[in-house]
Amino acid sequence: MSEVSTHIANNAGQIIKGRSVVEDQWQVLRAPELPEGVKAEAEDIAALPVPAGKVIVPVAVWNAQREALLARAANGDIGVWFASDERPEPLKEDLAKFAVVAVDFPKFTDGRGYSIAFNLRTRLGWNGELRAIGDVLRDQLFSMQRVGFDAFAVRADRDIHDALKGLSDFSETYQASVDQKVPLFRRHTRNVGVNTGDAGFGI
Amino acid sequence: MYQYDQYDHLIVRERIAQYRDQVRRRLADELTEAEFLPLRLQNGLYMQRHAYMLRIAVPYGLLASKQMRMFAHIARKYDRGYGHFTTRQNIQFNWVELEQTPDILSELASVEMHAIQTSGNCIRNTTSDPFAGVAADEIIDPRPYAEVLRQWSTFHPEFIALPRKFKVAINGAEEDRAAIAVHDIGLTVVRNQAGEIGFKFMAGGGMGRTPILGSVIREFLPWQHLLTYTEAVMRVYNQYGRRDNKYKARIKILLKAIGVEEFTRQVEAEWVDLKDGPETLTQEEMQRVIDYFQPHAYKALENIDYLAPHADNKAFANWVKRNVKAHKQAGYAAVVLSLKKTGVPPGDATAEQMDFMADLADKYSFGELRVTHEQNIVLADVEQSLLYTLWEQVKAKGLATPNIGLLTDMICCPGGDFCSLANAKSIPIAAAIAERFDSIDFQHDIGEIELNISGCINACGHHHVGGIGVLGVDKDGSEWYQVSIGGAQGNNAAIGKIIGPSFSALQMPEVIGRLLQVYVRERADGEPFAECAQRLGIAPFKEFVYATPIVEPGRLVGEDEYV
Repeated sequence: MSEVSTHIANNAGQIIKGRSVVEDQWQVLRAPELPEGVKAEAEDIAALPVPAGKVIVPVAVWNAQREALLARAANGDIGVWFASDERPEPLKEDLAKFAVVAVDFPKFTDGRGYSIAFNLRTRLGWNGELRAIGDVLRDQLFSMQRVGFDAFAVRADRDIHDALKGLSDFSETYQASVDQKVPLFRRHTRNVGVNTGDAGFGI
Repeated sequence: MYQYDQYDHLIVRERIAQYRDQVRRRLADELTEAEFLPLRLQNGLYMQRHAYMLRIAVPYGLLASKQMRMFAHIARKYDRGYGHFTTRQNIQFNWVELEQTPDILSELASVEMHAIQTSGNCIRNTTSDPFAGVAADEIIDPRPYAEVLRQWSTFHPEFIALPRKFKVAINGAEEDRAAIAVHDIGLTVVRNQAGEIGFKFMAGGGMGRTPILGSVIREFLPWQHLLTYTEAVMRVYNQYGRRDNKYKARIKILLKAIGVEEFTRQVEAEWVDLKDGPETLTQEEMQRVIDYFQPHAYKALENIDYLAPHADNKAFANWVKRNVKAHKQAGYAAVVLSLKKTGVPPGDATAEQMDFMADLADKYSFGELRVTHEQNIVLADVEQSLLYTLWEQVKAKGLATPNIGLLTDMICCPGGDFCSLANAKSIPIAAAIAERFDSIDFQHDIGEIELNISGCINACGHHHVGGIGVLGVDKDGSEWYQVSIGGAQGNNAAIGKIIGPSFSALQMPEVIGRLLQVYVRERADGEPFAECAQRLGIAPFKEFVYATPIVEPGRLVGEDEYV
C-alpha cells in the first residue's frame, strides 16, 4: 500500500450559495495530488482519515468508514462527494444522512457532473444542498444552476464575486431542466407578433 | 421559414452579451486561453493557421436573402471579401479578428442568425435535405422538427460538455440527401401504418478516424417523443462516452463497444420516466413551428418543356440536366447554383456573388436560398418558364457550372491552407483534379460520382463516403494522399475501401484518371462509379493504378516505393 496522507482542499472559506457569497464551514476530503497519470488506489482513498469538523468525504471513504461516520453524520457534520465517473444511485438509501452532497468537476470540460446532478435532483429525490466542487468557473455556473446545483465552490484562484455574475447570463431558456421543469413552449404563447426591426442590433 | 419571436431574440441577445464579456475577459487575461477555448468554440470561433475563423450557423441550411446579404456584408467589412460554405450547411469566414467577433454577432442577430454551438463538444447545427419542402419525393417536410431540435439543444444545460461533438441530421424524403447514416443521430421522418408521423431513429454513425454507419435504435418513434427520446440518448452518451481519448469519444465508439442492443436497452431504460414528461411535444407547439414552413404562394402552372425553345443550346441543356431538380409543384423547379467552378476552392463565394444570389432569390425564389452539404446553393422555387433567363444571368457570374453530382462537384475541406488540424492541403488537390478533368463532355460521360477530399482524418471533406475518397496524410513531414473507392452517401450509404499505398499531390490527377479508365472499361450500362466499384471490389482498380509508375516532375516514386 502506498503512502497516502490526508489532504484538505482549501475553498478559501467562501462559497456561492443560492445567489450570495457566504462563509463556508465545510472541508472537502480528497486524496493528495499524485503525479500526472497516476491514479490513487481505491483502498488508499477509502482509508483516508476523516478530520474533525464538517467534512465532505469521497464515496469510497463513506462506504469504508460508514459505521464510524454515522454518528457524525447524524450531527450534520458529514457530506459526500461524487467523482465524475461515479453514479449516485448506489447511495440512494444513504442520501438522507448527508448534510450536503457535492459533485466534482475534475476539469470544467468534463460534463458528466451535470447528469449526476440531474439524476440526484430528479430521480433520487435529493433536496438538500447540492454543491459543485473542483474546476468550478464563472462560465459554467449558469448550466450548473440549471441542472440543480445550488452551491458553488469556485476554484480558489478565481474571484468568487466575479463568478457570481455567471448565474444571471440568461433570463430565458428553451428547454426544461431541474430549475425550470417546464419548457418554454409550455410556459408562453409563442405566436405573438415578431419584432424584426433592426434597431439596437448594431447595424 | 422560421421567424424569431421575442424569446429567440432575447436568448440570442443575451448570448452576445455573455460572449462579448468572455472576449473582454480573455483580452484582459482574466480568462486563460485554455479556459476561453471551449467557450469560443461553442460560439464557432476557431484559431486557424493564420487567423481566427468564425463559423456561423445556417439552421438546416435554409437562408433568407437578407441573411445572405448579411454574409456579403460581413465578408466585406470583417473578412477578405469572401466566405466558405461548409459540408454542414454553415458558412465560415477565415480571416476575422477576435476583437471584432462580438460585433459580427450583433450584426448577425439583426437578421436572426448566430454562431451558437457551431463547434465544440456539444450538439451542433441540425442538418437536413437542401430540397426540403419542395422535393418531388418528399414524404414529410423535416425542417419544423429540425427547428424544434435547434431550440431544445440551444444551451441545453446538461449537454454542453459532452465527450465530443454531436451531429444530428434529419431527412424526410424517399432519397436520403442528408447523409443521415454518418451522423451521431440520423432521423428519417416516416409515417406508420396508421398514417401517424414519427421518426426512424438511428444513432452511432460518424466519419473521422473510425468511420461507422449508424444503427437503427428505434423503428418508429412518434413525433411527440422526439425531444425526450433524444434526451435519453444524450444522457447515456454524456455519462458513458469515452473521455480518455478524443479519437474514441464519439457516440459511434460507445455503440460499437457495448453493442447496439445494449445501447438501445440503456436508452430505453433512461427514457422510461422522461416519456410523456414536460418536454413531450404538443400539437400546438408543433403546429406553431410547422406554420412557418407552409408552401409558398405558388401560381397555378403546368409543367412545360423548357428545353424545347432552346434545343440547339447544348450548354443550357447540360445545365438543365445537372443543375435543375424536380419540384413537387407543377410549373416549378429547384435550381442548384454551383460553387464548384474550376479554379475556385469548393464552397467559396465572394461577397459580390452572395449579393447576387440574394438578388436572384428575391427575384426568382420567394427570397429564400439553401446551402447543400455538397457546398452548393439552391434556389428552390423557380418557375420553369424563367429557367433560361435565370441561367443566362447565373452563367455571367460564374455560378452555372453544369457539374452538380459530377466529378468536379467535389466536397473539399479547407485543408492545410487554412486549418491547423490538417495534415495536408486539400484545395490544391481539388484544383489540380478540376483542371485535368475540366471538360464538361467528359464529366457528363463519367456521370454521377462523388469525389470527396479531406485534409486529415477528421474527415470534414467526407472522404469515407465518396465514390472516390481522398485523404491527406502526413508521412515524415511531407504530404501524401490515400485513395479509397466505393463509398456512398444516402440510402445505400457505404464506407469506401483504401486501394493501396498513398500518392504525392502531383500524382493525384493521374490516379483519378486511371480509376476512371477502369470504370469506363468495366461499367455496366448506366452503372454509376460507386456501384461499379462496389460490384468489382478494389482489385481491378488497384491493379491498373499501380501497374506503371506515375511520373511527376522531380519525383518518380511514391510512398513505400510501390513501383
